[in-house]
Amino acid sequence: MTAPTGTPSAALVSANPRRRRSTAVAGDGRRGAFAGLAFVLPGFAVYALVMLYPAVQTFLLSLRDWKITPGAESPWVGLDNYVKAFGDPKFLDSLVNAVVYTAVTVPLQIAIGLFLAVLLDSKLPGRVAFRVLFYLPVVTSWVVVSLLFQFMFSSGDGPANFIAVDVLHLADENIGWFRERWTSFIAICALGVWKGIGWAMLIFLAALTAVPKELHEAAALDGAGVLNRFRFVSVPAIRGALSVVFILLLIGGFNVFISVLLMTGGAHDTQVPLTYMYDQAFKFLEFGYGSAVSFSLTAIVLAVAALQYWWTRRRMAD
Amino acid sequence: MDTVGSRRRRALSYAVRYALLGISAVLLSYPFLYMVSTSFKTRSLVLGDPMQLIPEEPTLDNYIRVLATENFGRYFLNSAIVAVVSTVLIVLLASMMAYGFTRLQFPGRRILFALVVIGLTIPTMMLIIPQFLLARDLGLLNSLHGLVPFYVGTALGFNTFLLSGFFQGIPKELDEAMIIDGAGPWRRYWSLALPLSKPALGTCVIFAFLGTWDEFAWALTVLNDVDQRTLPIAIALFHGQHSTSWGLVFAASLLAIVPVLIVYIVFQRFFVAGLASGAIKS
Repeated sequence: MTAPTGTPSAALVSANPRRRRSTAVAGDGRRGAFAGLAFVLPGFAVYALVMLYPAVQTFLLSLRDWKITPGAESPWVGLDNYVKAFGDPKFLDSLVNAVVYTAVTVPLQIAIGLFLAVLLDSKLPGRVAFRVLFYLPVVTSWVVVSLLFQFMFSSGDGPANFIAVDVLHLADENIGWFRERWTSFIAICALGVWKGIGWAMLIFLAALTAVPKELHEAAALDGAGVLNRFRFVSVPAIRGALSVVFILLLIGGFNVFISVLLMTGGAHDTQVPLTYMYDQAFKFLEFGYGSAVSFSLTAIVLAVAALQYWWTRRRMAD
Repeated sequence: MDTVGSRRRRALSYAVRYALLGISAVLLSYPFLYMVSTSFKTRSLVLGDPMQLIPEEPTLDNYIRVLATENFGRYFLNSAIVAVVSTVLIVLLASMMAYGFTRLQFPGRRILFALVVIGLTIPTMMLIIPQFLLARDLGLLNSLHGLVPFYVGTALGFNTFLLSGFFQGIPKELDEAMIIDGAGPWRRYWSLALPLSKPALGTCVIFAFLGTWDEFAWALTVLNDVDQRTLPIAIALFHGQHSTSWGLVFAASLLAIVPVLIVYIVFQRFFVAGLASGAIKS
C-alpha cells in the first residue's frame, strides 16, 4: 500500500476541471490562481530544493569551520575562510591558471567559430553536413574527449608530438606534455578550444542568418569587397550574439573542471579553482573552506561578466 | 559579359569556401578519426604512425572485450534509466512551469519567475558541497534514483526559460477559443500548448538528455558502489584500471556516444518537422 505522498501532484489532479465552465477566463479569480500554482509549484519545489537552498547554503557554510561528523559542532568563524583563501598561494595559483585558460580559449573559440559561421552563411550544398560535423565535439561527453586528448598528447609518438617535433620542429625530441605546468595547459587549452568552436559557430550562424540578404547585395552594388561587407554589414548585426557568446564562454572558462581533473588531476601546479575546491571538500573534508573557494570564484566571475555587460551596453548606446 | 564574370566570381567564391571548410573539417574531425582508429587496433599497434588512420590489421577485440567482460551493459543500463527518467521529468515539469508563468495568473508569479532567471547565473559546480550534504541528509547518496532529483532541479531553470519564450509566441486567441469550449488549464496545456511547441520541446529533449547522459561531477561525488556507476564514471575509472589499453577505453567511449548521436539526430528531425508545420507562424 503506497499512499500518494506528493501533495503537488494531488493538487495538480484536482486543478484539472472536467466540468464545462463557459465563463472561465484564464487566471481569473481564486480558481485560476490555484491552477497557476498547481502548474508551477511541483517544478519550483524541486528547483528551490537543489538550486536555491544550496546557493544560500554555500555562503553560510563558507562562514563556518564545518565538521562533517554528525553531531559535531561547526563553529561560525566569520570571514576566516576567505582570509585564508586569498592568502593561500595554491588557490591564487589556481586562479591564475583559470585566467590563462580563459584568456587563451575564449578569443580562439570566438575567432574560429565566427570564421566557420561566415563560411557556412550561404546557400552552400552540404552545409548541414559541415554544421553537424563541427557541432559534434559539443555533444560529446567531457569525459571521453578529455581522455582522448590526454592520449593524443601523452603517448610518446602520438599526434601532438608528431606535429610539434616532426612537422613544426619545435623540439628535438618528444615532449612530456603533462610533466610541466604550461605544457599541460597547452593540451588542456587545445581541448577547450576544439570542444567549444562548434557552439560559438552555431550561435553566430543563427545571428548571421537573420541579416537580410538585401543588405549584402546593396553593399556589393556599392562596390564593397568581402572584407568590408563583413565589417560593415555582418559585424554590426552580430554584436548582440558576440556579447552573449563572450559572457557565456567567460563563465565557462573560469569553471573549467572535468578536463583538468582527468588530464592532470591538478599535478604540477595545474589546479584550477574548481579542482582545488573539489580536493579541499572531498579529499580533505574541508567543507567550509571549499565553500569559500566556490563562493569567491562565482563572485569574481559574475563581477567580471557584469562589468563586461555594462561596458558593451555603454558602447552600444554611444 | 557581366553575367559571365559574376558567375565566374561566384564559382571561385564557392571553391574557396569549400577548400576552407574542407581543411577545417579535416582538422576538427581528426581527433574523432584517431579515436575510432585506435579502437580497432590491437594493444601492441596502438602507437603507430599518427597519420595512418586505417589500421593494418583492424580488430574487433576491444569491442568484444568491452561488451563481454567489463560490466559494460550494466553501466549502460544505469545511464539509460537515469537519463530517460530525468529527461521525461525535466521536459514535463519545465513545460508546466513555463505554461503557468506565461499563461496563468497567480500571486507571486513575477517573483518566482525572477528566482528562476537568477538561478541561470549560478554555476552548478558551485553548489556541489551543500548539494552533497543535502543528499546525505535525504538519504540519496550512493543510489541511482538519488541522482534524478538533482539532475532535474539543475536543468529546470534553463528549460523553463527556453519554453517560456516559446509559449509567449502562441497566440492568446487560441487559448480563448478553447476556454469558450470549456477547456480547463490542464487541457489547454496538454492539447494546445504542447502540440504547438514540438520544436522547442525537441530542443529541450536534446539538452536534457545530453546533460544527464554525460553528467560526471555529481555522479562521481555521490556514487560509490561499483554496480551503481553510470557510463561516464565507468569510462573514467576504466581508464584508471587499464591505463595502457587505450583501444579498450575508446571502444567503450564510442559505444557510449551512440545514444547521444541517436537522440541528437532523431530530435533534430522532429525539430525540422515542427518548424515546417508552421502552425504558429501563420
